[in-house]
Amino acid sequence: MKLHRYEEIWLILGVGILVLSMVITGYQTFAQGMGPPSDTAQIDPQKVNETAPFDNPGVFEVGENEYEVVMTLQAFGFTPNEIEVPAGAEVTFIMTTEDVIHGFQIAGTNVNAMVVPGRIQTITETFDEPGEYLILCNEYCGAGHQMMSATITVH
Amino acid sequence: MAAKETFKEKTNKALGVNPDDARLTLTYFSLAFIVLFIGGTLGLLQGLNRAGLLELPAWFNYYQVLTAHGILLILIFTALFMVGYFYAAMSHTLGGLISKVRKMGWIALGLMLIGTVLVVTTVVMDKATVLYTFYPPMQASPWFYIGLVFIVFGVWTATLGVFTNAASWKKRNKGKHLPLLSFFAVGAFLLLLFGSIGVTIEVLTLIPWAFGWTETVNVMLSRTLFWSFGHTLVNVWYFTTISAWYVIVPRLIGGRLFSDTLARVVVILLVILNVPGGFHHQIVDPGFTEGLKFMHVFMSLSIAFPSLMTAFAMFAVFERTGRKKGAKGLLGWVKKLPWGDVRFLAPMIAMIAFIPAGAGGIAQTNNQLNQVVHNSLWITGHFHLTVGTTVVLTFFGIMYWLIPHLTKRELTPKINKLGIIQTITWTVGMLFMAGAMHWVGLLGSPRRTSYTTYGDNATALDWDPYLFFLAIGGTLLFIGVILMVYIVFHLMFKAPKGNTVFPIAQPEDDASTPPKWTERWGLWVVLAIAVISMGYLVPIVDLVVNAPPGSPPFQTW
Repeated sequence: MKLHRYEEIWLILGVGILVLSMVITGYQTFAQGMGPPSDTAQIDPQKVNETAPFDNPGVFEVGENEYEVVMTLQAFGFTPNEIEVPAGAEVTFIMTTEDVIHGFQIAGTNVNAMVVPGRIQTITETFDEPGEYLILCNEYCGAGHQMMSATITVH
Repeated sequence: MAAKETFKEKTNKALGVNPDDARLTLTYFSLAFIVLFIGGTLGLLQGLNRAGLLELPAWFNYYQVLTAHGILLILIFTALFMVGYFYAAMSHTLGGLISKVRKMGWIALGLMLIGTVLVVTTVVMDKATVLYTFYPPMQASPWFYIGLVFIVFGVWTATLGVFTNAASWKKRNKGKHLPLLSFFAVGAFLLLLFGSIGVTIEVLTLIPWAFGWTETVNVMLSRTLFWSFGHTLVNVWYFTTISAWYVIVPRLIGGRLFSDTLARVVVILLVILNVPGGFHHQIVDPGFTEGLKFMHVFMSLSIAFPSLMTAFAMFAVFERTGRKKGAKGLLGWVKKLPWGDVRFLAPMIAMIAFIPAGAGGIAQTNNQLNQVVHNSLWITGHFHLTVGTTVVLTFFGIMYWLIPHLTKRELTPKINKLGIIQTITWTVGMLFMAGAMHWVGLLGSPRRTSYTTYGDNATALDWDPYLFFLAIGGTLLFIGVILMVYIVFHLMFKAPKGNTVFPIAQPEDDASTPPKWTERWGLWVVLAIAVISMGYLVPIVDLVVNAPPGSPPFQTW
């Protein structure tokens, strides 16, 4: 098949954009550690409440301005659902679900992850700006899905 | 045999369409537009509810409405339209459907209708409020899943019909290339077949689980099998859409095909590259490594390549045709296009909409950008721009000549004008609705969520003005649905008798015949299977072998 010369130029430019976007994505993922949440750990979905660390959900200070939030999701709420951390804190959310699939999104940030039964999901965010952040479930999980939310207060 | 065929083709051309084939397609279209009306009404209810303007009753709540809206429009409307359209295309370009295939078309319709009734009944009874993605461990009534199986079997019967008719034509026309529009039909249905295998396996495992015969379900496996289908389906409609762009639109503007060979290469690439594209719905899922997700960025982006070829081809046809008509300068050809002809206007707006829609698709394929918009209303906006505008406006555009062609009627200037009003209403409605969805999605507003302010949370309250625009757009779209349904039934039963051609563009005089290798379907099937395996073999084996304990069922609605 013979391509028109302009068409060749167009396709080369188009493919160039695609390759460039891949290079940027790859650089961010592998060099800057900004990859998408991809925890591969597993858990028995019927024994969440008796499996560490989810037998004791809560906010834990694990280092200088470093926090871990151990969180369980269930229809229709987050446990814990009122989180307080100081400004500049690096917060790692370690989550699993007790029932169906839920979403975990902090509005106004890039924190966004699926929380699936049988899996543990981890995502980290540094909160520089003080204020109240809204956490919401962004995967339909039942009749009360629209009520499923929590807050993070950054002092 | 050959002489007999030519005779048959000649009579077909003289008398127009075979009335038996026309009846089949018109039945499909009638049902498709009834479904569009019901689905569109549900869409309006949703838009008004989401903006906080309408409270839905408990016996028919937001999520039931959303489930029905999604299934009716995404699965049923599009499947009915696609089968009706491609069967008409085969009937026209292959000299009539063979009687066995016509029968298959009717059987397919019956299976799909049984499936639709089962699915809709369980949703209305609130036994299957699981949305069109029906993610386990949310468990619907087993009859919901059985209904889905009927729909898939219907689609597969129609697929087999397409392959049978194409093979029979090839046997009767040794050495000839399958006419381009039928070539598109074979490609689109082949992709539909590949895409629906995963979801069929998923649903077949969900049925015994829903009856209680098996206790638990592998959630991630189900989800992954679903998405191998979910996004492929979108590309099957897109496939249907561009078949009209390549073959019909050039004729409507008084031009020729851009390149028969290039169109066939695009068909082949779409079949081979598409299925792993669905993985980008799982970019923020647990259980997959970053390396695997990165490989899928490449696999998803590769789908953009044939679309880039299409973009070039379309604008090249416009320019070439315009220049032949005496257009001067860089953009003079724009003025030579028949903007007042709705048969052109609707697919043209569809193409223009695909520029931002495709760009948005490329953007969210990239892992980190996806994370910003995943499961937000941005996605719903993207979907309504690609499917709701690009695909559906092209489908509408096809109606203005295909129905009169089949019913031996004519498109009157009055209906043409009403069609232009319809097209503009639809476009403005989508601009408002999809535009507002994109924007508020970037701000964090989630999709698939009924009206809520999360206890008057300040962030959530900021989204309300955008949601109001969403409702305005939804209302305009509902007006668009009513106009379109009226137009379709007017063209079927009321329009004056006459002759309307099936507008197939001819190749340029100096065009070369497409090379033989374009017809080597065996090779394309093998390549497609190789690409699907590359995308899915490793993750699926891992999800099966290395599975966590399964999940019991939940009914959370």
